[in-house]
Amino acid sequence: MIIIHPLLGPRDSSEFIYKGDAALINRPDWQASDALDQFIDYGYLRDNPAGLHRELWYHEQGDRSWLVVTRDTTTHEITQVELARDVARRQGRST
Amino acid sequence: MAYSGFRILREALRGHRGWGPAWRDAAPKDHYDYVIIGGGGHGLATAYYLASVYKQSRIAVVEKGWIGGGNVGRNTTIIRSNYLLEGNEPFYEFSLKLWEGLEQDLNYNAMVSQRGILNLVHTDAQRDAFIRRGNAMILNGADAEFMSTEQIVAKYPFLNVNNARFPIKGGLAQHRGGTVRHDAVAWGYARAADRLGVDIIQNCQVTGLRIENGTCLGVDTTRGFIGATKVASCVAGSSSRIMQMAGMRLPIESHVLQAFVSEGLKPILPGVITFGAGHFYCSQSDKGGLVFGGDIDGYNSYAQRGNLPVIEDVCEGGMAIFPNLGRARLLRSWGGIMDMSMDGSPIIDRTHIDGLYFNGGWCYGGFKATPASGYAYAHLLATDTPHHTATAYRLDRFRTGHMIDEKGMGNQPNLH
Repeated sequence: MIIIHPLLGPRDSSEFIYKGDAALINRPDWQASDALDQFIDYGYLRDNPAGLHRELWYHEQGDRSWLVVTRDTTTHEITQVELARDVARRQGRST
Repeated sequence: MAYSGFRILREALRGHRGWGPAWRDAAPKDHYDYVIIGGGGHGLATAYYLASVYKQSRIAVVEKGWIGGGNVGRNTTIIRSNYLLEGNEPFYEFSLKLWEGLEQDLNYNAMVSQRGILNLVHTDAQRDAFIRRGNAMILNGADAEFMSTEQIVAKYPFLNVNNARFPIKGGLAQHRGGTVRHDAVAWGYARAADRLGVDIIQNCQVTGLRIENGTCLGVDTTRGFIGATKVASCVAGSSSRIMQMAGMRLPIESHVLQAFVSEGLKPILPGVITFGAGHFYCSQSDKGGLVFGGDIDGYNSYAQRGNLPVIEDVCEGGMAIFPNLGRARLLRSWGGIMDMSMDGSPIIDRTHIDGLYFNGGWCYGGFKATPASGYAYAHLLATDTPHHTATAYRLDRFRTGHMIDEKGMGNQPNLH
């Protein structure tokens, strides 16, 4: 698989480490009243869809940026690549 | 019709006109006591033990494709019970004992071959860990022997014991491990279940679970609604897709695992060797092909095919330890979809929905578990209590902190 890195252009996927579902950006609030339930959900449960999947890839053999890659799990076709930083900022996770 | 040597002779003299289909092509009825989703090895074994051991009837197995077309026909056919942890080892040893009696039990030649499995060791720390594992196996009634490099060279003279990075310093052997003809396992269980009245319904894909007031009433399929007192999901690889129909999210990611076979060769490899440090394991099939594999590709996938970097990695591992491999040509490679669970161990449990049961999360260890998985699932379905070898395989163990993490990797499915 070739991942089109937003800064570096086309890179082979073997340069990256795969983390998993991009929902992992949204770490729960540890002070929430149902924090335990939220963290069990966050740590252990996954949507695991057959089809489009937004997922985190880490460019370990490159610029060490985290990417959010949108990929079809039934064909491995990649349709969108963003910097995880930009996604997190858009969701108000970071400044 | 029972199969026997006499029967073969008789049919040989009569032009083989007396063989019937091994199982009926059943059409779905309106209602069953048990509907098992998934006609793979585990689903068929569940149906067989439900009927034979637990004396249940009105059982159906619904399969979206054909019998033998899923993961039961895509694995590398190895059986073993070399686990460490208390929650696992009794279960896998129970499975190995069932394999030993399987062919007489099913009246079917599944080509169970206890040719032995050897896990190679390269460092002092790894030797200590494997001896500990061997002791855990012996404590649970399995067999284990630590083999010296000299003993290994006597049995496998072609292994490269002096690899610079991974010199062979011994190995943990389980002589009762080995291989089984995987298609024959599916066909054997299907035929044996059918003979006990189980309906095997092929080309019947489940499209929905009908749930009302917290109770599962049956399954919607491409061949219409089938009512059921108990619905049992048994579709490892696609578990999330089925359980999503019940609104459930699972502690599972689906990943692709590739496997490879060389052209047919004369006998060279007498047992199964595993080179865990180099992501490579290999056995030789009775047809002569070297059957080998390594790690999963490592990203979520339902595609049943992998990518080239893993093929390169597996072949490099093979060449490091088994240099003869380089003279054989790779004939075929293929991929199967694994339920990779959060702790690397399976789940056999009830769900919070009445009448809905779950079996999955087998990672890449499902084939060896086929008989015990079916037996334990049948026990759960018939009695609503877990089988004594499968009490740890609970769906809620991630909430309660009772993970069964053989490798100590934590909740990262692609590392198990």
